[in-house]
Parts: sequence; C-alpha cells; structure tokens
Amino acid sequence: MNRIGVFVCHCGLNIAGSVDVERVVEAIKDYPGVAHAENYIYMCSDPGQDLVKEAIREKGLDGIVMANCSPMMHERTFRNVAASEGLNPYFCEVANIRELCSWPHEHEKEIATKKAVALIKATIEKLRRNMALTPMVVPLTKRALVVGGGIAGLQAALDIAHGGYEVVLVERYPSLGGHATQLSGTFPTLDRPPCLIAPTMAEVLSHPNIKLYTYAEVEEISGYVGNFTVKIKQKPSYIDDEKCDNCGLCLEKCPAICPAEYDRGLSQRKAVYISPQAVPQKLVIDPVSCLHFNGDECRACEEVCPTRAIDFLQEEAFVEEEVGAIIVATGYDLYGKENAPEYAADPDVIDGLQFERLLSPSGPTRGEVRRPSDGGVPQEVVFIQCVGSRDQEHGVPYCSRVCCMYTAKQAVLYKRAVPQGQAYIFYIDIRSDAKGCEEFVQRAAEEDGVLYLRGKVSKVFREGEKIKVWGVDTLTGKSLEISADLVVLATAMVPSQGAKETARKLNITSDQYGFLTEAHPKLRPVETLTAGIYIAGTAQWPRDLPDTISSASGSASKVLSLFSRKELLHEPTIAWVDEEVCSGCGYCVPICAYKAIEIDPRRRVAKVNEAVCEGCGACAATCPSGAMQHKNFTAMQFFEMIDVATGAYV
Amino acid sequence: MQFISEQVHQIDPAFSQKVKQMADTPLDRCYQCLTCSLSCPVAFAMDYLPNQIIRMVQLGLRKQVLTSSTIWLCATCETCVARCPQEVDILRVMDALREMALGEGEEGKEKVITTFNQTFLQSVRLLGRQYELGMLLLLKLKTRDLFTDLILGIKMLLKGKLKLLPTRIRGSKEIKAIFERTKGEV
Repeated sequence: MNRIGVFVCHCGLNIAGSVDVERVVEAIKDYPGVAHAENYIYMCSDPGQDLVKEAIREKGLDGIVMANCSPMMHERTFRNVAASEGLNPYFCEVANIRELCSWPHEHEKEIATKKAVALIKATIEKLRRNMALTPMVVPLTKRALVVGGGIAGLQAALDIAHGGYEVVLVERYPSLGGHATQLSGTFPTLDRPPCLIAPTMAEVLSHPNIKLYTYAEVEEISGYVGNFTVKIKQKPSYIDDEKCDNCGLCLEKCPAICPAEYDRGLSQRKAVYISPQAVPQKLVIDPVSCLHFNGDECRACEEVCPTRAIDFLQEEAFVEEEVGAIIVATGYDLYGKENAPEYAADPDVIDGLQFERLLSPSGPTRGEVRRPSDGGVPQEVVFIQCVGSRDQEHGVPYCSRVCCMYTAKQAVLYKRAVPQGQAYIFYIDIRSDAKGCEEFVQRAAEEDGVLYLRGKVSKVFREGEKIKVWGVDTLTGKSLEISADLVVLATAMVPSQGAKETARKLNITSDQYGFLTEAHPKLRPVETLTAGIYIAGTAQWPRDLPDTISSASGSASKVLSLFSRKELLHEPTIAWVDEEVCSGCGYCVPICAYKAIEIDPRRRVAKVNEAVCEGCGACAATCPSGAMQHKNFTAMQFFEMIDVATGAYV
Repeated sequence: MQFISEQVHQIDPAFSQKVKQMADTPLDRCYQCLTCSLSCPVAFAMDYLPNQIIRMVQLGLRKQVLTSSTIWLCATCETCVARCPQEVDILRVMDALREMALGEGEEGKEKVITTFNQTFLQSVRLLGRQYELGMLLLLKLKTRDLFTDLILGIKMLLKGKLKLLPTRIRGSKEIKAIFERTKGEV
C-alpha cells in the first residue's frame, strides 16, 4: 500500500483547539507511503466526506487514515465513504486524535501536536498491513425466543407476533403475568392491574404466532445470532392437560397445605393449585408440598378426578426450538424482609408486595385491609421506604426507583379503604420523576392526608397489640414514636432468582447485583454484548410499568429490525488460526466467552466458528504460540504501531 | 404518634386541621425548600424558622407553634409568600396562628409585642389616632420596664416630637364603629 491518504479533522475546536492541524499535515505529508494529506473543519459533514471521496478518486488512493474522533463515532461513516469509491472498507482506519489526544492534552498544544503525529503514523503502519475483508453472510431464522412471561415478556412477544414473526415464550411459573398480576393498583393513575394486564395475557394466549411454554425453563442455548438452538425444560405438572377440564374436585380434596407464593405467604394453598386469574387455566401439582411425593400413600386427587387426568408418573420433558433472536425478560424479586432484621420478624411487618395483596380484590382478604396477625383493621399504618435500597450495608446501594411511588399509591389506597386511619411514610428523599408522579405525591399529602416524615426508622418492636416504631423527623430534628397496627416495608428490587444462571446459559453479562448488562448504557440500552440477544424490563434495572413496556417494545423493535433483513452480515474482523503453527493445546477454548472455538479432534488444531466469533481478541492474547491471530489486529501490526508511536519520543 | 425528645409533645391533628381551615392555603404542599426562611428579613431573630413552623403545623405540634416567637416576629412583609414555589400563603398561616394564640390565651415568648399591639389599638380606639406619650407611659407601666429608651424619650419630648396632650380627630366616632364591628372576630 503506497498511496495512502490522511485526513485530519478539526472537529471545530475540539481537536484544532489543542492540536496544530496545519503542522500535523506538514509532518505527515512526506511520511513513506502517504500520497495525500489535508485538514478540514468537520470531516464527518457532507462537504468533508465529499473531500475524502474526491481525493480517493483523483489521487487514486488505496487506503485512507481518518484522524478524528473515536472509531465508535465515525468509523462506519468513513468506511462507507471508502466503499462508495470502490475501496475495501477495511482499508479505512481511524486515528483517534480527539479522545486520546486533544482532550486529555487540552492545554498542552506542543505535546498534543506531537502525539497526534505519532498516533497517525502508527495508524498508517497498521493500515499498511491490513487485509481486505468482506463481511460474512450467515443464515437467519426469523423466529424469536422470549424468556419470561411477565409484563415485559408479554409485551415483547406480542410486538414481535404482531409483526408477523413466530415467537416462543417461556415462563417458569404455571401462569403468565408475573408480578404485575399481584399488584392492587398502578401509580399515578390508580388503574387496577388485573384489567390492565388481562387483555395482554389473553391476546398472547390466543395469538397464532405465539408458542407458549408455561411452567418451563430454558435449559441450554447454543448457536449465534440468527441461529440459536434452545433446549426448553417442560416441568411436570402431574396433570394431563388434554384430559383435565378444570372441574376443581382435586382442589377440594387435596389434604396438603402450604403458603401460597401468589399471596406471598399471606394465604394458604393446596399442593394442587392454580393462581387466581391464571392464564392459561392449568392446574399444577407442586411436588414439594404434595404428600404423595413425600413418602405418603395419598392419592386423593387421583381418586376423585372424573377425567383421570392425574398422572404421578409424568416426567420432565425437553423440547428443542430453533430461533434467530432472544429477548431476556426475567424480571425482579423483592429483597427479602428477613434480610432486614432491624425491622422485626413480626406477622404485622410486611413487605410491599404483601400489602399489594392485602389491597387487591383477588387477595386473601378480598381487598379489605386487615392485619395478618388478628384480622383487625389497622388504624395506624407506617410505611418505611428504602429498606435495603440505597444501603451499602445491605449490598444494595442503588435506588429501586419504584418504591417512592408505590408507597404513595399504597398509602392513598389504604386511606380510601380506611378513611379514618392514619398513614405515615418514612422517607429519605421522594423520587417521583415519572409522568404525573410528583403531582400524585403532592395529592397524597394534601388531599389524602398522608403524613410524610423525612427520616429513617431506628427500631420496630412489638408491644402488646401494637407495633412500636421509633424514628426521627429530620425536618423538625425530633425523634418520635408511633404505635402502629401495621408496618409496610418498601424493600429493594433485586434481580429474580436464577437470573444470574440464565445469564450464564445465554452467555450474556450481568453486573455486580445480577442485573443484566446492556451493550452501552446510553446508546444501546436494550442490546447485550452478544449479538441477537436483547433485554427487556426489570431484568436490566428496576423500573416501573411504562418504562418496562417501553423497554420491551424497544427490544422487540430491535428483533423486528433484525428479522426484516434479507440476510445477516457478520463483522469479519475476527479470529483465525494459523494451522501450521497451532499445537492444539486448547488454551483458547475455555477463554472464549462466546464458545466459538473448538479443537478439531482429527487434526488437533483449533477451529473458529466464524459466525459465532465476536472478535474480542481474548484467544489471540492467550495463544502461547501466536497461532491464533485476530484479523487486522495481528501482533505484527501492534508491534509496528508501538515502534512508530514510541519512536517519536526516543 | 408522639415526639419523645426533650419532653413529650402529643400531636394534635385537629390543630393541624384548624390552621389549614383558617389560613385556607395548601400548606401540605410544602416540600421544605426553605425559600421562605432564606427570604425572611427577621428570620435571624426567630426561634423557629418559617419553614419549621409550617412543618410543625403539618405535624400538629400545637403548643410549640403557638408559643413560638416566630409568629409574633413575622413582619408580614410577604417576601416568603411572593417567593414560595408551592404557593403556600405563609402570611395567612402566621395570621391564623396569631389569632389562635390570642384566642386561646397562649402566652408566647414575645409577650411585649402583643402588649404593644394592644396598647396601640387602645389608644386609637379611644382617640381615633395615636397619642404617643400616653401610649408610651401605659406600655411602660404594663411591661414594668421603665428605663429602656428613657433618654431617647426625653430628647424627643424636648424637640417637640412627642406631644404632651392628646389630640382628637373628627371621625373618631367612625373609628369606634370600626372597632365595634370587628370586635369578637378575634
């Protein structure tokens, strides 16, 4: 390559403010292999791009170095420019003289100018050794998998199904709907969620494009974007769905009783059960509480079943599905109140979701607010916010985002159910940033007479009939004591149980708390770093219903845009093996986060699955013999770059 | 609910309710931004800042509010009202609290202010206008503080700034009628 063009961008004053662009061009002009060098105020602008095109055409350039901002910003822009003039796009390289040079050396013009020249020279050396590459075409299965049947998963599945593509929806519980079905109302509009979510569930159930697996889990995933193979584990319900007609006789006769998860332990259920408003209407026998599975002779359900639907011999079944994209919507759990022993282990100290159940018409009290211990109507209710959240001690330093609002909503709903009662809310700050929420909190204090107390609670303890709450009102600077009947803890939102394991199966990353990590916090909020896998809802971060639904629709639109392509192109800057050198030691196999490498058993050399490789370079760095190379990022290129870049300083 | 520091202050939700009613302003909206206290020209002399008074009213700390110096030191300049982002009319709250304190016979820390106001009004009611020397002497007797500002008083007297004898106005009857009309509303 001996006709290289160098284009130095001013980026307004971002670069030109500290780098003397004229001097850079002077210094580069006569560097070996450089046929053209110039500078311009905004290379990325239309006239700037035209400048580059014209130079390629007129000077017959065979490679270009763009000295401007980070390749994250405009690498694609200039590669397209190169391609439009018939150059291989991989003969366009970016020298980042903004983030790596002009910004850190804002007030050091000499240093910045010298460094810019060094960076450009190093990039020229890299470009000289680049291979011409073409993106690979990989097949695309236009079918999506949605993991999780809560409101996020439902919305994502529906959006894709409406777009005309098939969706496989996997939900681990017997019913769809997730936590949203447990809620008593939404803020700030006070809709009743059953009516809010039931139509969505019904639509998903009957949609011809949606294949539903409830009471099932994702067991294993292999493949890559466009071509995933998913192994789904169907858990045994011990009831034959074909035969069962939901008569409910087994429910009546079952002698085994355990706390109902759906009511968060506030009510009891049988070992054979179905949650209220379950979609689909399918009964399940829970082997953990069923007497039959615990060494007992009990076959009560089997004996009474008129359609002989009970089948104790049912086993786990595995199904394989081929999909092209995956949306992970595994949702959240509440941080257990048992983790906050300072707030007393008392039946009348409950968490937010339990209080939702108490307020809900489908709940254990049919919507009447009754305290769990004695069934009395609580006259003084204390709500404590930030239990676990924003607390380093509890390992949950983040804000759970919805507690301020759901606490305000619960206090308002409580006041409407028990008008003569008093609601107190202990808070650190009120975070009511969503639409209509600040006004809602104001109304709660102003119209519903909820008393907000700014401060934390120091102790909660039982004293006879009452629960004493010691706290402080920091606005008056006084400590206070409340004799409460019921205490509601707004505990933190944490990733749902098993979310980390799901992330591991899918080869996607999660943060230190277990929330799934997005590809870029600002610019790619619904994608993961693994192509073809997207995230939706609270699996990513605590959020309220509208935010959850937007993120679900966002990830669904990503899937739809993927599926609307004719074919799938894969970035060709990936690993390749020099089979002459490779000894088949296999160091690269476990280091690959994408499971893209295997050892050819016959020839004892590493083999890269090019469609799976994401080009991270971990294998190339690990390879002891240098057989594993990263296309256009070879060791040779790096050594040359280092030599040239450091040469300016010796 | 009760406060347990210093002494026990039982909260009185009825008090809170009554102030809201009398002042007829949405004082529950207050989010404690402290704009009122920062604007207040007499805040330096108050025992509780205006924002604290609002908070104490919300909580129903009747005794502390009605015996505070704040409600009497408030100069009713309305800066706080003009600046409050939540449109809480703090002045009306202060007015309501003063009315309640007088009506319920709560002796505040600033009794001298009440005495001054009453003596002033007494003079106006009787003569239709102010009789400074008479009012001063009466106030001195009432507060049993005979010597403060004595020299200043003598100087003013010598320069003719304080008249020895009271003067009447023509409309003193009408003034009396105003007093009659408003009587009992306090």
